[in-house]
Amino acid sequence: MIRALVNVPKTARRGEIIEVRAMIQHVMETGYREGPNGVTIPRNIINRFVCKYAGEEIFSAELFPAISANPYMAFSTVATGSGTLTFEWTDDQGETQSTSAEITVT
Amino acid sequence: MLRLALLGALVVAAVGAVADIAPKDRRSGFEFMSPQTQAMQSDETSNPGMLWVADGERLWGESRGSAGKSCASCHDDAVDSMRGVAARYPAFDEETKRPIDLMSRIDQCRAKRQGAPSLTQQSDELLALTAYVAYQSRNMPIAPPDDPRLQPFRDNGRDWFNRRLGQLQLSCASCHDERWGARLGGSVIPQGHPTGYPLYRLEWQTVGSLQRRLRGCLVGVRAQPFDFGAPEFVDIELFLMERARGLPMETPAVRP
Repeated sequence: MIRALVNVPKTARRGEIIEVRAMIQHVMETGYREGPNGVTIPRNIINRFVCKYAGEEIFSAELFPAISANPYMAFSTVATGSGTLTFEWTDDQGETQSTSAEITVT
Repeated sequence: MLRLALLGALVVAAVGAVADIAPKDRRSGFEFMSPQTQAMQSDETSNPGMLWVADGERLWGESRGSAGKSCASCHDDAVDSMRGVAARYPAFDEETKRPIDLMSRIDQCRAKRQGAPSLTQQSDELLALTAYVAYQSRNMPIAPPDDPRLQPFRDNGRDWFNRRLGQLQLSCASCHDERWGARLGGSVIPQGHPTGYPLYRLEWQTVGSLQRRLRGCLVGVRAQPFDFGAPEFVDIELFLMERARGLPMETPAVRP
């Protein structure tokens, strides 16, 4: 089950610059902390985020342990045509979570 | 030694003289935050607390327990049925003859009506449901009920608020009535109004309850904190909600 919030304008004019925002619930465990028993909690962070617009990659990011829990990303892109934006987050355990949003371009 | 005792007596006298914050001076912790943190809270697309609200919305419609019922089976759409509810809690519970907070009420409903196992106070599931219910009161003024049966508990909460505790011998009032607006280390001391719970605290990196926050303060004055779910916490919350009467609900708030 994915817990993410993405925000993409529902409609846009062709050529317009739009802002895309994505936030996901994730502990972003740094790997530097110790649990109550003194044993290091293994690192588990989202290490890669990718956003694709109509199948084409428009934004990607590498994430590191200094990034807070529930990472939030905002970026802009040009509305080129109606279609689907897909968002993918991959963490250290190899788990990939994804969600998508539709945009109508006139 | 005598001088110390006299000084102590003076301090106590000065403390006793300080009145409650006048209604016109009441300010939410929101106003003491940086513009960046304020923006994070105000914009629902950047407020991490909304992840829990979204989760709560999903849980609201899911069946749980032996009765095979969801919250929505009885309460329908929370947008209508839960509007303004959080602004009136804690309320008087007929069964235990005590005040009950919103979180425990949800858990009680779950155990009694859904036949589902009780959730722990700090579980993400209970926090999410509480955040979703309280979110339906966002921007509504805090309006504690006028139930006279609540008054003795509220007075007990006020006593706790004014009682000096722990190795540092500080009461809630020492900071939040007398020194709000001043600084403790690097951070501004707010008035301590429970307007936005459950809230996302940047220090916690997650959503937490008022009781978690109160425990933090108790540990801060080096007192033995009450356990989660302790009746004292509900009494204190009852008093705090009265003290914050009229301030708008902010759930899910963001705090540094």
